[in-house]
Amino acid sequence: MSDRLIDRGTFLRKFTFNRRQRALFVAMSMVLFLTGMVAGGVFLGPENLAVNLDNRNRPPALEHLFGTDWLGRDMFVRTLKGLTTSFGVGVAASLLSTLIALGLSLLTSWHRMIDQVITWLIDLFLSVPHIVILILISFALGGGFKGVVIGLAFTHWPSLTRLLRAEVLQTQSAEYVRISQQLGKSRLWIARHHFLPQLISQMLVGFILLFPHVILHEAALSFLGFGLSPEEPAIGIILSESMGYLSTGMWWLAFFPGLSLLLMVVAFNLLGRNVRRLLDPYQDHQ
Amino acid sequence: MLEACGIGYRYRGKMWLFRDINMRIQPGEIVGLFGPSGSGKTTLAKVMAGYLRPVEGYIVVDGQTSTDRYPFLKRRKLSLTKEKKKGPNPVQLIWQHPENAVNPRWRMSKTLAEAGVTDRHLLHTLGIHDEWLIRRPHELSGGELQRFCLARSLGPQTKYLIADEMTTMLDALTQAQIWHALLHIVKQRQIGLLVISHDKHLLHRISDRLINLNALAAQSAAQSLD
Repeated sequence: MSDRLIDRGTFLRKFTFNRRQRALFVAMSMVLFLTGMVAGGVFLGPENLAVNLDNRNRPPALEHLFGTDWLGRDMFVRTLKGLTTSFGVGVAASLLSTLIALGLSLLTSWHRMIDQVITWLIDLFLSVPHIVILILISFALGGGFKGVVIGLAFTHWPSLTRLLRAEVLQTQSAEYVRISQQLGKSRLWIARHHFLPQLISQMLVGFILLFPHVILHEAALSFLGFGLSPEEPAIGIILSESMGYLSTGMWWLAFFPGLSLLLMVVAFNLLGRNVRRLLDPYQDHQ
Repeated sequence: MLEACGIGYRYRGKMWLFRDINMRIQPGEIVGLFGPSGSGKTTLAKVMAGYLRPVEGYIVVDGQTSTDRYPFLKRRKLSLTKEKKKGPNPVQLIWQHPENAVNPRWRMSKTLAEAGVTDRHLLHTLGIHDEWLIRRPHELSGGELQRFCLARSLGPQTKYLIADEMTTMLDALTQAQIWHALLHIVKQRQIGLLVISHDKHLLHRISDRLINLNALAAQSAAQSLD
């Protein structure tokens, strides 16, 4: 009896993976999935988006996986193109947001007053719904890719800044930083050599976890008509256009693009969580 | 000469920890400081080394007061440590826990480079092996790390050294080795050394003179009553 149990134990151990290996596996598959999505969108040429009026309003079939729209365009290709646009917006906006967060969090170490001002700014931005400021900024900048990216960048920095600020605060009170000050090192030197390496893993995880937010907000903005211009292939545009056709029973126009967007968001979330699990195993236990 | 002139310190909203403390350390002199736990030895060390700004009084290092070096400090109530821009402090402090005093992400060579310590001879005197330089702090023992902390604080600008319970966490053998090396360097370079410890035997053995912090505080209190 007991022999059997032990046998089973060793058998299972051979074919199961530990937490770290699982995290690595999930992260890698998400990267593959996302690169597949984006590569599909980039390499499918515009000829696949040609208008074909003989082929209008087809429900999903093998030939057109996601069906076709009222102009006979293949919805699968449109969705991929839209996701690629979302990805581009995501990269630009998340990168900008992360840079803002990094700059501000390093600034908090300068002086207590500056720290208070930045904390106040964080609270201010977090207390107002994103979408309101987002619409405001994007509209003021005239919409389009630039407007959306800047709007997203200026609304998504607070939560990451708060994380990084806490990290800076903790490092700042470390004995080795106080010693560094007594050794005559400038603030800039300390920020570059003591704080920055401490922040990099948090920054990377924060950057990836910003994607889902940014992408969803971009879609929302485009859906409402304040974001990307209508001729650009974006999920928000596709969704808002499909609204007019839903009542005629063409459910696939909204269903598949929406589902794909959701999948992309979930993929980024999984990627971020598992990267964190790999980089910062201690925090994951909490 | 490292002088403390009428130093007083209190943590915000607390009682005075000590007041009107006067103390002098000559170059090359080894002074032992002792006192019961909680009497403010470490705080005094931090004040003397510039980590904390005294609430009263001032520190004079070789004729320069802290406010001479940083005249704007008088006007703006900023802490001394935050406004330092003029290179390493000639007064360096050795902390009790070396594992907290080095950046855990750095190799030891970078920790030394931070202080501008390049003197191979100094490292050898302190018993630092060359192969330790490429290691990270968690790959070294407490005694080995403390040697690095000593080396780091013995940069060319250092004139005075304050050792706050420097070897309390170490075993007797390491303790002896480190003190031997340090005393040698201190004599050679005429560095003034303030040793803070609970270990009376150690203090008697190495110090030129001893100071009891409680007696010092009581003395100044009595003077102020007169």
